Amino acid sequence: MSLIHIAWRNFCHRALSSFLTTFSLALGVGLVVLVLSIYGVISEAFTRNASVGYNLVVGPKGSPLQLTLNSVFYLSQPIENLPYTEYMEFLPQDERASMVSRFGGDPKLAERDGRYAPYIAGGFAIPLALGDYFGEFRVVGTTPDFFTKLKHGPNVDEDFTFSQGRAFSNFSRESSYFEAVLGARVAKEMNVVLGEKFYPTHGDPSGQGHEQGFTIVGILDPTGTPNDRAAFVNLEGFYLMEGHAKPIERDPEENGEDLLDEAVNAEESNEEQSDTDAQNDSPTADAIATGSKSNGVPLVQNEAENSGSVADSTPDTIESQSSVEEHRVLSIPEREVTSILIRNGNIMFAPGMQNAINEGIRAQAAAPIGEINKLMNLVVGPLLTALLAITGITCAVAAVGILVSIYNSMNDRRRDIAIMRALGARRTTVTSIIIFESFQVALIGTIAGWLLAHTAIVLYSGKIEDQTGVQVGFFTTSNYEILVLPLVLGLALIAALLPAWAAYRTDVGSNLSA
Amino acid sequence: MTALVNIHDLKKSFTQPEGGKLLVLDISEFQIAKGEQVAMIGQSGGGKTTLLHLIAGLLSPDQGSIQIDGIETNGLSEEGRDRFRAETIGYVFQTFNLLPAFTAIENVRLGMAFGSGKHQHARAGDLLARVGLQDRFNYRPGQLSVGQQQRVAIARSLAGRPKLLLADEPTANVDPSSADSVLELIRDTCHEEEVSLLTVTHDMQIASRFDRIEKLDEINQVDHTTASS
Repeated sequence: MSLIHIAWRNFCHRALSSFLTTFSLALGVGLVVLVLSIYGVISEAFTRNASVGYNLVVGPKGSPLQLTLNSVFYLSQPIENLPYTEYMEFLPQDERASMVSRFGGDPKLAERDGRYAPYIAGGFAIPLALGDYFGEFRVVGTTPDFFTKLKHGPNVDEDFTFSQGRAFSNFSRESSYFEAVLGARVAKEMNVVLGEKFYPTHGDPSGQGHEQGFTIVGILDPTGTPNDRAAFVNLEGFYLMEGHAKPIERDPEENGEDLLDEAVNAEESNEEQSDTDAQNDSPTADAIATGSKSNGVPLVQNEAENSGSVADSTPDTIESQSSVEEHRVLSIPEREVTSILIRNGNIMFAPGMQNAINEGIRAQAAAPIGEINKLMNLVVGPLLTALLAITGITCAVAAVGILVSIYNSMNDRRRDIAIMRALGARRTTVTSIIIFESFQVALIGTIAGWLLAHTAIVLYSGKIEDQTGVQVGFFTTSNYEILVLPLVLGLALIAALLPAWAAYRTDVGSNLSA
Repeated sequence: MTALVNIHDLKKSFTQPEGGKLLVLDISEFQIAKGEQVAMIGQSGGGKTTLLHLIAGLLSPDQGSIQIDGIETNGLSEEGRDRFRAETIGYVFQTFNLLPAFTAIENVRLGMAFGSGKHQHARAGDLLARVGLQDRFNYRPGQLSVGQQQRVAIARSLAGRPKLLLADEPTANVDPSSADSVLELIRDTCHEEEVSLLTVTHDMQIASRFDRIEKLDEINQVDHTTASS
């Protein structure tokens, strides 16, 4: 008969006491495993979502973490906005020219490549405009590029796919500029279907509702990213909602002068950062005036006629005229972006571009993964460490329970120990039996606690996936869980020392005669 | 006949609560031959159990020599004595001392758990069958009668194939009708296993059945009226 078998018999003999001791330890271990799992889920969610196909986020000066949180995770409040010209600095000359032509603005903007365009080469820059809500979910104004150029998935190689419908277009005959695509969770929780209209609220979830609605033309498949929690609308439509245009005096008599002032202000800021010819960035009154006359306040019809890239509108300009002519796209000075998602064609250019942007006075560039790592290290990490410490104390209390349970049983077991000694058991043998008993409680408690925690995780796996996009299964473990068993066994060993010492010192003669 | 147990000039005293030492045993010579069955009689408090504990190595003498099968047990370390006891000595207690957490068969196996020999699980079953408990293997002590418990204790004491069996008033807690059978069981089994037997009792009728009767009062030079065990 092995010592483990003897220890097991003793464990079973005091079934209630053993069960309660083991159960309390299981609860402690379960809490530790849950905290570790939550830490793993949070880490994975943040880290995975911080790398959804772009490497930099550009926004106004301020906290890079806040920029990351609001632009990548759609959390927190946007810092401020950047002029549209800042976004144009990431575009090559032909695209800038097309924008000046379509939207109206300083023609000088069309005469050069954007300052950061060479860094982008082969990559992309996608503008975001934030500030409105659909229910509790963020409304994100962006371009159709968002759905074609961004990737997601563990290897960041999966395209966005649609469970229903399609991506919104720049312009459509039916809905003008007001098409929207919903993330999977938004569609599910807001209980909306394709073809419905929704009306964003301004500023916060309970804010004033806009009069302009957006027609839902697509619902994304779940991606496991924050994009599941966003309602995407066409950037042009976003601009056209009341209160979204950057205010510019529009007295017809002085229209050109006002636009000039606005453009100069914007461009002067750029000029300070620019290493290109300063003259290129100094718009003239004539230029702005011309722009404003020909393009500054264009009708949709004009815009559609001028732009070959507005695919849906171009062939059907005549038919769409009646439905859209009440809308005009904003001129460049009236436009702002909250942030810009950047992917460098060559990742080697990213640090140089980040430095160049950060040396300027208006914008900053943040690397989402770096910011999330800082967040994890500075905020989430210590919080979880504190949680772990608390749950660790729970385990220590459970270990004290083991000590009390076994030590209290020693009074009843001195005779048993004396009998075993009389049968030839050495002091070290009876000591080992006590330690094995403690180990059994620790082992069973740890396994039970692990099973409890992972059962709970599995039961909530659907909710976890909905909330974080992280898929968890029964055997999804964090790296640290492997340390739980040795730590608990160590605690059990410490807890067993006192009763084991009592067993070691048990006097055979007096206890046999008792 | 060759002596299995050879005691010479054995003295044992205990420290008294109020200080000072109380001499309990002072035995100049005592032997048990191999295979011999000896009954030691003496009054309560006369040092009988102390003598058994000394022979079993559960207590150390103040002085003197205890040789068992040629081994001077007093010269062994405590661990050595434990091992020697596990392999050489069986013990039957007055109160049986079965472990309540274990079944009958497991209690018997405990008797061979601490020696260095192979665990012979089949032997545990054979022994229980020999004491008439072949249908009680998985009964716990609390589910057995007093007589059955003592039978299990006897089987356990022989499980490790000891050379010497020490029995401390083995029938004291057994009803008179069972006492005879228990005693005969011990004697017969020891005879079959060629185990020497030292039984302490205060019952002369029981002692009379043994090969040899020793009166502790006669071999112990301490005045037993002042001694206590």
